[in-house]
Amino acid sequence: MSHKTLDRRRFLGGSIVASTTAACSRKAASNILSQAELATLTAVCDQMIPPDQDPGGAWAGVANYIDRQLRGRFREHREAYRAGLAEVERRAGGSFCSLSRDRQFEILSALDQDKTTRGFISLVAAHSIQGFYGSPRHGGNRDYCSWRMLGVPASPVRGRDQYDFTKGGRS
Amino acid sequence: MTEADAVVIGAGAGGGVVAKELAVAGLRVVLLERGRFYRADECRKDDLRNQRTTILGNNTGPDDEGNPRVAVDLAGKAHIVLPSQGPYSNNAACVGGGTATYGAMAWRFHPKDFRMKSEYGCPEGSTLDDWPISYDDLEPYYEKAETEIGVSGDDSNNPFKGPRRKPLPMPPLAATREHRLLDAAARRLGLHPFHIPMARNSVPYNGRPGCMRCRWCVGFLCEVNAKCGTQNTVIPTALASGNCELRTGAMVKEILLDGRGRATGVAWFDEHDRLQTQPAELVVVSASAVETARLLLNTKHRLFPNGLGNRYGWVGRNFQGHTYSGAIGRFEEEVYDDLGPGAGIAISDYNHGNPGLRGGAVLCNEFIRLPIQFVGMLPPGVPRWGAGHKNAMRALYKRTIAVQGPTQEMPMLDSRIDVDPGVKDRWGIPVARISGGRHPHTLEIARAMIEKASAWLREAGAVEVWKKIPGQGVSGGQHQAGTCRMGNDPKTSVTNRYGQIHDVPNVFVADGSLHVTNGGFNPALTIMALAYHGSDYMVKTWKGTRFRA
Repeated sequence: MSHKTLDRRRFLGGSIVASTTAACSRKAASNILSQAELATLTAVCDQMIPPDQDPGGAWAGVANYIDRQLRGRFREHREAYRAGLAEVERRAGGSFCSLSRDRQFEILSALDQDKTTRGFISLVAAHSIQGFYGSPRHGGNRDYCSWRMLGVPASPVRGRDQYDFTKGGRS
Repeated sequence: MTEADAVVIGAGAGGGVVAKELAVAGLRVVLLERGRFYRADECRKDDLRNQRTTILGNNTGPDDEGNPRVAVDLAGKAHIVLPSQGPYSNNAACVGGGTATYGAMAWRFHPKDFRMKSEYGCPEGSTLDDWPISYDDLEPYYEKAETEIGVSGDDSNNPFKGPRRKPLPMPPLAATREHRLLDAAARRLGLHPFHIPMARNSVPYNGRPGCMRCRWCVGFLCEVNAKCGTQNTVIPTALASGNCELRTGAMVKEILLDGRGRATGVAWFDEHDRLQTQPAELVVVSASAVETARLLLNTKHRLFPNGLGNRYGWVGRNFQGHTYSGAIGRFEEEVYDDLGPGAGIAISDYNHGNPGLRGGAVLCNEFIRLPIQFVGMLPPGVPRWGAGHKNAMRALYKRTIAVQGPTQEMPMLDSRIDVDPGVKDRWGIPVARISGGRHPHTLEIARAMIEKASAWLREAGAVEVWKKIPGQGVSGGQHQAGTCRMGNDPKTSVTNRYGQIHDVPNVFVADGSLHVTNGGFNPALTIMALAYHGSDYMVKTWKGTRFRA
């Protein structure tokens, strides 16, 4: 428990109360998405997993996860992302990042209601959740923030802590 | 290559046991495994890439590149599928096979599971039948598997189990919070809860340590080697005998037959994709239900134009797995205590004796959930994204218990593996095509099991329960079985009671393909016991340097 409290306090005291502009200005090198697309994606991810008392998708690096996977495993989704992000920007009048969070939510909700764009929202939602709750080794879940949120000791190898190898393990 | 006495194809639950049994009996064995031999410390704790959660791929093969299959959906449309995709029915490709990363439940089937047709009669549209062997025939081999592989647990409070001569060799792991809640609730309901038998060291055993109770269990290699599979038990014994050569990266193309239709060995691709021949007196196929059927069907001969063992068209038929059925309950208090493997308690009260139903399932609490795995367990109605999803994760992650069980399936002739006429793998070998569905009675039993699981959860204190509704498509998966069923009648089965192919006496099958029915239990220990049973016959029939059955 002490782990969690400490981490929460640290998050809250730090830069975690991220504004949307901060979410959009995060820099990352991408071979697949343009800087503008990546900024839009980051803001979309921050709606998929919104920041509250715990970090959201932007801080966690979810867009980073998606971008990295688009270079390989998710290559089949490249076009879906380009088209989907373009549609987000079209509906936002070209400045999704600068809109209020409420307005961003409205736009994404409308896309989610629209049969022609619902697929993209499903895709980015699923990928955001993977990036947020999956291993940080893939670029998201920065500092195991989602695990801390759930109260799971962040050490990925819990067990070693209580494991006495000299006695061959506990029973 | 030098002739071997026996070539064993596939180093999983079945093949590992056969290789060991033959090697220690003095036969020169070549064990071919298409995958790698992973070390325990390669367990790579990656929650997006493992045998359980394959979003970014499998951790113990086969790779998505070059190993396609074809899956035919319920509408009859064929799709190319990759190993990391559900319809592929993947079951690992590595030394140990599925046992390297499994959850390691080590069940004996119920005595009635071996005589399902006699017990219940066959429902229309099913090929439900009795096994050619009984529980009693297999009992000594179950015991041998429990001892040599290593099983912990305590089923003394299970009055429904078949008779056993010896208790399990290791005590159970200490109960989790979930386990204690469910135990008390089951007793209040008049049920008979007990500790699940697990192929996992609870205490040091066979030179390996006890479980450290981490949360990286099912789907992963065990970092401390406490989980017991063939890769850290019988296969090392086979290798230490000096009579077994293990070749990894070895993909078998076909079984070679002489003019009279007797096997002379196998053609296989080595790790550099060079086609090789391995002559052998005895060929044992243990590639698991999909790949074993594929290999036999790809072995064509003048005498067997439709594939080896397939004279009457039974190879690849009756493909089955388990219809997992259960429920998830929400509790007011936290029930998660972060102790792996998580699953620990079972009831076998509903495996049989359900009015109007042919069989049932053992019900168990579910393995420990990593956060990404829990996403799939959220209740219906939770939004796919946004604050609603995040709030649900935060509120429910530590406050849910899942209970589920592997409902025994009614086998069907048209749920099957055959060979796709067009698609080939990276070696140019025609790939397996999977088609079919589930019998309506299977789904009826599953619905009853869901209700039993729900009632158990409610009694344990669940304030809300949601159900896991199984699909209607063909099952299979890691519990894949049935494609080379054993039987006494060559016209309605592929092998005899020892796994020996009716048509070709020096070819055996030793894996889940043999299962006539798949029990209401996880199948690994039964696969191992059958492999011991078959090996015993092979060794007894071995005449010095030749095999003459």
